[in-house]
Amino acid sequence: MLSIENLHVNVGDKPILKGLNLQIKAGEVHAIMGPNGAGKSTLSHVLSGKSGYTVTAGNVTYQGENLLDLEPDERARKGVFLAFQYPVEIPGVSNIYLMKAALNAIRKHKGLPEVDAMDFLTLVKDKVKLLEMDEKFLYRSVNEGFSGGEKKRNEILQAAILEPSLCILDETDSGLDIDALKVVAAGVNSLRAEDRSFLMITHYQRLLDYIKPDIVHVLADGKIVKSGGPELALELEAKGYRWVEEQVA
Amino acid sequence: MSTSAQEIDNLISQKYKEGFVTELEVDTFPPGLDEEVIAKLSAIKGEPEFMLDYRLKAFRHWQTMTEPNWAQLNITPIDYQSISYYSAPKKDSDKPQSLDEIDPELLETYKKLGIPLDEQERLAGVAVDAVFDSVSVATTFKGKLKDAGVIFCPISEALQEHPELVKQYLGTVVPSGDNFFAALNAAVFTDGSFVYIPKGVRCPMELSTYFRINAANTGQFERTLIIADEDSHVSYLEGCTAPMRDENQLHAAVVELVVMDNAEIKYSTVQNWYPGDENGVGGIYNFVTKRAECRGANSKVSWTQVETGSAITWKYPSCVLLGDNSIGEFYSVALTNNLQQADTGTKMIHVGKNTRSTIIAKGISAGRSQNTYRGLVKVGKAAIGARNYTQCDSLLVGDKCGAHTFPYVEVKQPSAQVEHEATTSKISEDQLFFCQQRGLSAEDAVSMIVNGFCKSVFKELPMEFAVEAQALLGISLEGSVG
Ligand SMILES: Nc1ncnc2c1ncn2[C@@H]1O[C@H](COP(=O)(O)OP(=O)(O)OP(=O)(O)O)[C@@H](O)[C@H]1O
Ligand SMILES: [Mg+2]
Repeated sequence: MLSIENLHVNVGDKPILKGLNLQIKAGEVHAIMGPNGAGKSTLSHVLSGKSGYTVTAGNVTYQGENLLDLEPDERARKGVFLAFQYPVEIPGVSNIYLMKAALNAIRKHKGLPEVDAMDFLTLVKDKVKLLEMDEKFLYRSVNEGFSGGEKKRNEILQAAILEPSLCILDETDSGLDIDALKVVAAGVNSLRAEDRSFLMITHYQRLLDYIKPDIVHVLADGKIVKSGGPELALELEAKGYRWVEEQVA
Repeated sequence: MSTSAQEIDNLISQKYKEGFVTELEVDTFPPGLDEEVIAKLSAIKGEPEFMLDYRLKAFRHWQTMTEPNWAQLNITPIDYQSISYYSAPKKDSDKPQSLDEIDPELLETYKKLGIPLDEQERLAGVAVDAVFDSVSVATTFKGKLKDAGVIFCPISEALQEHPELVKQYLGTVVPSGDNFFAALNAAVFTDGSFVYIPKGVRCPMELSTYFRINAANTGQFERTLIIADEDSHVSYLEGCTAPMRDENQLHAAVVELVVMDNAEIKYSTVQNWYPGDENGVGGIYNFVTKRAECRGANSKVSWTQVETGSAITWKYPSCVLLGDNSIGEFYSVALTNNLQQADTGTKMIHVGKNTRSTIIAKGISAGRSQNTYRGLVKVGKAAIGARNYTQCDSLLVGDKCGAHTFPYVEVKQPSAQVEHEATTSKISEDQLFFCQQRGLSAEDAVSMIVNGFCKSVFKELPMEFAVEAQALLGISLEGSVG
């Protein structure tokens, strides 16, 4: 699905990612943990094509294609989805309108006709129920005035509707209360499929209680410094990142 | 009128009575403007005498006036003597015979707007057979209006059939000497719309220039007069959403609205004249005077405009709130791209007690364009309890364009409440990236964000208009993102 080799990324002159390697197979769930400022969001942005980052070395292959050659919207249409750490507000654009436009853009790319209005409404209401959201959120402006947790939930709603192949979740659990975390995790779990992979960035082992990862990585100082099974997260929780850094050093 | 002036008038009209037959063979006047030209124009149109007097008076006044000072506008001077002031309606044989003869770029835009083929032909001025759906539509439409007692016709026709009505109201809202372009229009206007809604009548349908078949060719000096008598209601739609190319560089229209007790006029405009190319070559100068007088108590006027066309737009639809409790509203979206310039806004003049006005103006600047909001809220001494709310929002697309806001306020009545809010924002990279990350192209993303920005104005538009206006914004923004 995704193969990252020796990825080096700068912001301006400042190196952020410094030789990152990561392989994700179809159907796998990978978790990335790491201290603040390690470069986790940077990785998610580079994968989704945000401007402002310079790739100075390395390759990223997604479904056999050079991902870095594609425009951000092309990547999205080919199934790369990023649930943002800080979802942005778009005044005046209703949530449901954005989702319909997005779904149609993706369908068009796949050579499918535009979604029928009634079918779409049924689909959306179904997913809204899955994420235990109020239907009112559909008609509000995208993220405008949403609480932190509501914004995160709304990101997963979009993932559920757009059905991406590679789903990158950047700290989706931050800002969620305990009940919301369970609901969102259930939403993510319902999306798990053989042909869909996840890259979950998180600070908390708690999320991984609900969404069982196949592999856990530690990202520190721009590199993956350690990888392991779910037990690695527990160890990190107990010993902190210092422990990994010391091990690596 | 002094005797000498009367004599001159008589002389002129006599002279052209003789010249009438031969002159009629001339399809287009040679360029230039003087009293003879005006007399000839009036004669060709067979106007009543008061009309010629009116025109000449306006012309004489115009000659003493100077062009307004173009505060924010950069404009090449207009030579008024190089314009031809009358051109007969095109004969079918002079018109393009099919869409094959029309500029493909224009057709492409029509297509993107989803305009049906027959409508495309009409817009492009193609000669079409009379066996045509819109003809029968127009006929049923006329019957219905007639039953309701509504008069809706070209103003030239109204001058023939209802001269007393025209005489009673023409120039009473926008006096012929009001401003340079209004005076010029009064002197030389060729056609436009006339609407009269009788007492107690709710116009059974929205009146749109679409149904008035000749609307597209009313030329550069259009004149519109709408009267809503007591307890009546009308919604009027002007313009079309597809770009209209026109060889006339200058458009100087005048629109007058008269609203009596408890009556309401809703006036919606989508202006999409040719804006010129991306280098600023060509394009229409659109200098329009629009004003409504709420004469009656509890009367209401609502202007809604979507301005995306023209190289230069200079336009301030205004409301004079004379009647107690009368209401004026102005909802505006003005979008400029490339090298377009827009200087638009409104004037709300509060005279009566408890008069209320609302101004919502959304300006979007893209490319290297300049977009100015200029508005005046004036509350007179007698306007006890007057209230105004103004909101001006500017949105910048890119960093080479400009947005300017000039809200003038003059309050002479201490009990008045005047509120003003203004914001300027840019489409943020984060918003753009967010939309792209959901699969939308950069252009679609900008168009969606801009449409969201305009939502509070679009919801004031009649449904079909709103849908087309949205599509139009997208097209007008093309090329605005790298
Ligand atoms: N536009 C920028 N300009 C300057 N520095 C930047 C920019 N973007 C990111 N950085 C820096 O890059 C480093 C990595 O940032 P990133 O957001 O990827 O961290 P993170 O691992 O996601 O941290 P957190 O856990 O706090 O979310 C940080 O030191 C940050 O300050
Ligand atoms: Mg981060």
